[in-house]
Order: sequence, then structure tokens, then C-alpha cells
Amino acid sequence: MPEFTPLASLAGGMLIGLAAVVLMLLNGRIAGISGITASLLSVSRAVPDRGWRLAFVAGLILAPLGLAQVEGAPAMTVAGSPAIMALAGFLVGFGTVLGNGCTSGHGICGIARLSPRSVAATGVFMAAGIATVFVVRHLLAGG
Amino acid sequence: MRSVLGGLAAGLLFGTGLAISGMINPAKVMAFLDIAGAWDPSLAFVMLGALLVAGPGYRLILRRSRPLFEDAFVLPARRELDSRLLAGAALFGIGWGLGGYCPGPALAALGFGKVQTLAFAAAMAAGMIAARYLPAPAAHSGVRA
Repeated sequence: MPEFTPLASLAGGMLIGLAAVVLMLLNGRIAGISGITASLLSVSRAVPDRGWRLAFVAGLILAPLGLAQVEGAPAMTVAGSPAIMALAGFLVGFGTVLGNGCTSGHGICGIARLSPRSVAATGVFMAAGIATVFVVRHLLAGG
Repeated sequence: MRSVLGGLAAGLLFGTGLAISGMINPAKVMAFLDIAGAWDPSLAFVMLGALLVAGPGYRLILRRSRPLFEDAFVLPARRELDSRLLAGAALFGIGWGLGGYCPGPALAALGFGKVQTLAFAAAMAAGMIAARYLPAPAAHSGVRA
């Protein structure tokens, strides 16, 4: 069972906030992971700034690997089977494109801009996540 | 071309933050969402930390006429709620609760090569592409001059 890690989580969160600030200051863009990823997946339309998006995703993937060289691999426990994870991933991909954002774009960047859409979206996906875990862990599993 | 460096710097910071904060661990995310079980409130501190930096940071930056590496800020202009937004957020939340990954951590965890992470990320890409086949949404991004 994961332990309560307020300081590490606060520090990590501040780095995530700093990443959003850096992307806005340098490139003038929202650090929304789902938006950045979905843009990279579009092949039909011309995407003029594919370069910074690819670099962003490369940094996102490489940084935890680099950190693992120093600190050891981060704790990472995935409970779901590959089939469950594929279902979860499809819902996350579909839902974030439909709703124009995810935890980063709405939950951090949007709330930081006091966007009513992002405040509402964050409330809804938090509630849906909590409800889903409740159903899976406490109703279906009987625990 | 400089914007590539901007993207890389932000991505490295973001990935480091996800790893340090514990968000890269689906078990920790699920423990945050499990308010009826052994609740771990850590991830509220991730959000708090991010907003403490991004809130004031954005306010300062958006006083500028333009970003450093590009000609204009690109910000979502819409403020009104609609059913796509709420339905999308609900589907996303269900997937988040089911798998314990949202898009950032799923990508940040890819390098560790777990088959569940790969399955999640591949299906996430498929879901993003599939969502494009819905009727076209209204334009959602505006360039602030």
C-alpha cells in the first residue's frame, strides 16, 4: 500500500507547475499532455509545430529514466491486467480528446488560468475516477 | 527551431515532477482515488504544488505581449460548458480510475517497459484517434494577439 508522501508530492507538483510555466514563457503553449499527444497522432492535417511536441514527449519519457539512474527505479505497481489497462487507456484517450484535456491541461494549466471549463472538467473526472475505484474495489471485489 | 528546446526543457521538468511526486505509480493514483479505503491524499499535494507555481507564474507571463520563442500565446478561448466537455471528462475519469494512469504518467512510465503500460498507451493512442471520428467540435483554440 503506498505511503503518504506530502513533501515529495508537493516538490514533484511544483516541478510540474514549473514545466507548465516554462512552456508558456518560452513557447506560449499550454502544457496539456493529451492535447500534445493527440496532435502528434494526427497525420492527415499539417501540424506546423510537431517539433516542440515531439521534444516535449521525448523529455517526458527520458526524464524518469535519467532519474532512475540516480535514485533507482521509481515505485510502480500496475494492478490491472493488460486487457483492463487497454480498456482504461482507450477510455482515457477517447475521453481526453472529447473533453479537450486531462489532468495536466484542465487540472493544472486550466485551473491556473481560472478557466470555468477546466474547473468543471476537473471536478467531473475526479468524481468519475473516485466512483470507478469505489465500484471496482468495494462493490465488485466485495472488499 | 528554438521552440524545440522549449518543449524539451518543459518535458524534462514535467517527467521529473511526475516521477518524484509518485504520480508515475498507478497504485498511488488509485490509493488517492480510493477515499473509502486506505486513502492516500498525496496527490492533492501534487496538484497544490503545481498550482502554487503555475497560478502566479501564468499571471506574470501573460502580462507579456508574446512568449520568448514564438510570436503569440495560444490559449483556449472558450469558457462555456458543453456536453462534450463533461462527457469527455467523465469517460476520462472512468479510465483513470480503472487503470491508474492519466496521459502524462502513462507516457512517463513507457521507458520502464511494463506490458500493462504499453497496452494502456497504445489503446490511449487508438482512443485519441477514434475520438476524431465523432462529429466535428467547434473550434476550441484561439490565438491571443
